[in-house]
Amino acid sequence: MSEQKSGDAYFITIYIYGKKYEVPAGLTIMKSMEYSGYRLTRGCGCRGGVCGACSSIYRIKDNPKWHIGLACQTTAEDGMYVMQLPYVPAYRAMYDVNVTQCTDETILSLYPNLKRCMGCNTCTNSCPVGINVLGYVSALLRGDFETARHLSMECIMCGMCAARCPAELAPMNMAMMVRRLVGKKTQVNTAQFSERLKNIRAGKWTDEIHKYMGMDKVALQPIYKELQSSSKRVDV
Amino acid sequence: MAYPAMMMPSVQKANATRQARFQKAHPELTVEEKAKLLQDFHPDFNVKVKTPLRVGANEGDLAPMELAKLIEAPSRISPGEVNLDKPDYCTDILVIGTGGAGLSAAITAKARGANVLIATKLRSGDSNTIMAEGGIAAATDPDDSPAIHYVDTIIGGRGTNVVDLVEILVTEAPFILEWLCSLGVNFDRRADGSLFNHRPGGHSRRRSHSIMDLTGLEIMRVLSDEARNQEIPILEFSPAVELIMDDKGQCAGAVLKNLDNGKLLVVKSKVVIMATGGLGRIHPLGFPTSNHYGATADGIVMGYRTGAKLIYIESVQFHPTGTAWPEQLLGLLISEALRAQGAQVINCEGEMFAFNLETRDALAAAIIRECNARGKGVVTPAGIVGAWLDTPLIDMIHGPGTFERRFAGIYTRFMGYGINPKEEPILVYPTQHYQNGGMVITPKGETTVPNLYAAGEVSGGVHGQNRLGANSLLDIFVFGRRAGEAAAEHLSSVKQGKPTLEHLNAYNKALEKVGIATDVRSPMILPDYRFEKALTKITHMEAQ
Repeated sequence: MSEQKSGDAYFITIYIYGKKYEVPAGLTIMKSMEYSGYRLTRGCGCRGGVCGACSSIYRIKDNPKWHIGLACQTTAEDGMYVMQLPYVPAYRAMYDVNVTQCTDETILSLYPNLKRCMGCNTCTNSCPVGINVLGYVSALLRGDFETARHLSMECIMCGMCAARCPAELAPMNMAMMVRRLVGKKTQVNTAQFSERLKNIRAGKWTDEIHKYMGMDKVALQPIYKELQSSSKRVDV
Repeated sequence: MAYPAMMMPSVQKANATRQARFQKAHPELTVEEKAKLLQDFHPDFNVKVKTPLRVGANEGDLAPMELAKLIEAPSRISPGEVNLDKPDYCTDILVIGTGGAGLSAAITAKARGANVLIATKLRSGDSNTIMAEGGIAAATDPDDSPAIHYVDTIIGGRGTNVVDLVEILVTEAPFILEWLCSLGVNFDRRADGSLFNHRPGGHSRRRSHSIMDLTGLEIMRVLSDEARNQEIPILEFSPAVELIMDDKGQCAGAVLKNLDNGKLLVVKSKVVIMATGGLGRIHPLGFPTSNHYGATADGIVMGYRTGAKLIYIESVQFHPTGTAWPEQLLGLLISEALRAQGAQVINCEGEMFAFNLETRDALAAAIIRECNARGKGVVTPAGIVGAWLDTPLIDMIHGPGTFERRFAGIYTRFMGYGINPKEEPILVYPTQHYQNGGMVITPKGETTVPNLYAAGEVSGGVHGQNRLGANSLLDIFVFGRRAGEAAAEHLSSVKQGKPTLEHLNAYNKALEKVGIATDVRSPMILPDYRFEKALTKITHMEAQ
């Protein structure tokens, strides 16, 4: 691709919901839509690639292949046909994080259509942040919840996997539940951490804090200096 | 795509000088040097871009021009177009906002038996919280304590913090981690099972707890999921446009606007918890922002009209390391955790010019000085100037694979533009990141207006005039939960009067009285980026 000169001399042609617009080269899909006069409500959120609100489907002229990308992260290309898909009516099961057990039976009873997965990999190909969706769905099928947790960690809950799944699975919602249930089981307080909570409850630092509360910035500065010098310089 | 040719000589200088800089550090600023640097180069100290408010509870206090314009403007609605006698929803507690503060308040209040309704501007979960990369502060290590956390927070806040709030913040911090873990948040842990943490700028100890560089995302996913499991109703795409008061001067609900059909909705409630977040999208001082699309100071504007007292609204935090290239990512935050892991900040010649872990205000000022007054920035084809954040050092210090593992989100985004942060530096420039001030709150989250609570970025005081990294992710849960709890307990003593929007008329009269005539209507709700405005530029005025 040629060097970007957004705002400068040259423009590209894109088709937003099929309508043709000329926009400066180098903009994201989102900024191209705004440059074309769209004031976004649905289909726009954090503008930083993590909220999952701006998933878009696009295709480049003369090429039949569909792509899915985040409008805020994907650079518009010449000849791009694009639409946003900001909502999917995906199924989600209710559960109680304090009661529900993370077992094969739980997953299959709450999400029975998990068994219908045919391994087509469309989910993985649809993920705008490059998650191995089929990998974690397969892990769920074999009861390997730790792998499912790990593989789905970057999920932004946009629902594109569910939108494209021919078996109508809602992978992101299954993974969401499993991550929480695994977390619930594995995020255990260490003895040292429990001790810390106990000490705070017992008011171990209350007097010291109250002493500092009576001191101004100038009086605290030497204490801060001392604390800084007693800490390690580079984190390990 | 990689870096454009005009930036390559400087990339090569950064690469060539890396080995010599490895394991070295720039000296820290002395107290005097830091004070002078801030005075000369930090946007907060540039009085030319601030203006005193002419009406309301903070009359005479300075505010950034862009915020003052919104505060000193009439409402977008007139009382006559709203029928308060026919509310669309009645509830105990209305929570406005679905970031960390709003959702933790809602979940906590619901657990206390209150009826809760949530309204939010965009999709549920849309917030600044979801974008938080670095981590959440809590004194958990054996060599750390809430008292040390207290000292760091006060010094970071230039001694201007509301000390009662800070005491609560640092004391309750470890309990917040325990609470989040109990909801199934997957914090990074060490092999021995202890919580992994790192040391952000201004902190004396390692105490920022993270989930890769997706800390906010993981926490928000869990809280949104829990709110659904608790069946708390959420009105999405329905921002509040004004608060409703009663004839006793108490808050009594809000008028929402359904963004899909433009219809105004009346929500009657005994208590409102305002958790609308910050203001980056009003682009104070012309800076780019790391904030989400809906961060437009709405809560400040609505609250101020009802008489809520504000604190430190003149004080805006600029995160030193916003993305400066590629232009598509302009303003996007580069977590402080990268500096905590050893990434140095260097100029176009490959020279260090500041210690990695200076507080945000000082490092932001140092980068502004280096790029402007000293002319040692790296110029991009878009005309933006930035400094290098030397990311390849991270793998050199901690071993290959560290960057990809710890900073998966940043890695993926830059690789998408052909920039490999494991092998070449990334370009940064300060970006508007946080509103230090906001509505005055008590330790229970009460504002100065009866039955109006606030939590999170829309409130002010706990961070003073400069927030330390990892303290906001903490703040929102400490005070979100407190507001939810206190509001639920307060319900039984609420005696409501007759609902009214008379405060809007009174506010308009106050504006007229001081001769303010403006076409602006507020709150802003969403910024307008249409047409030419889609082409972001940095327009800030430099100090001096």
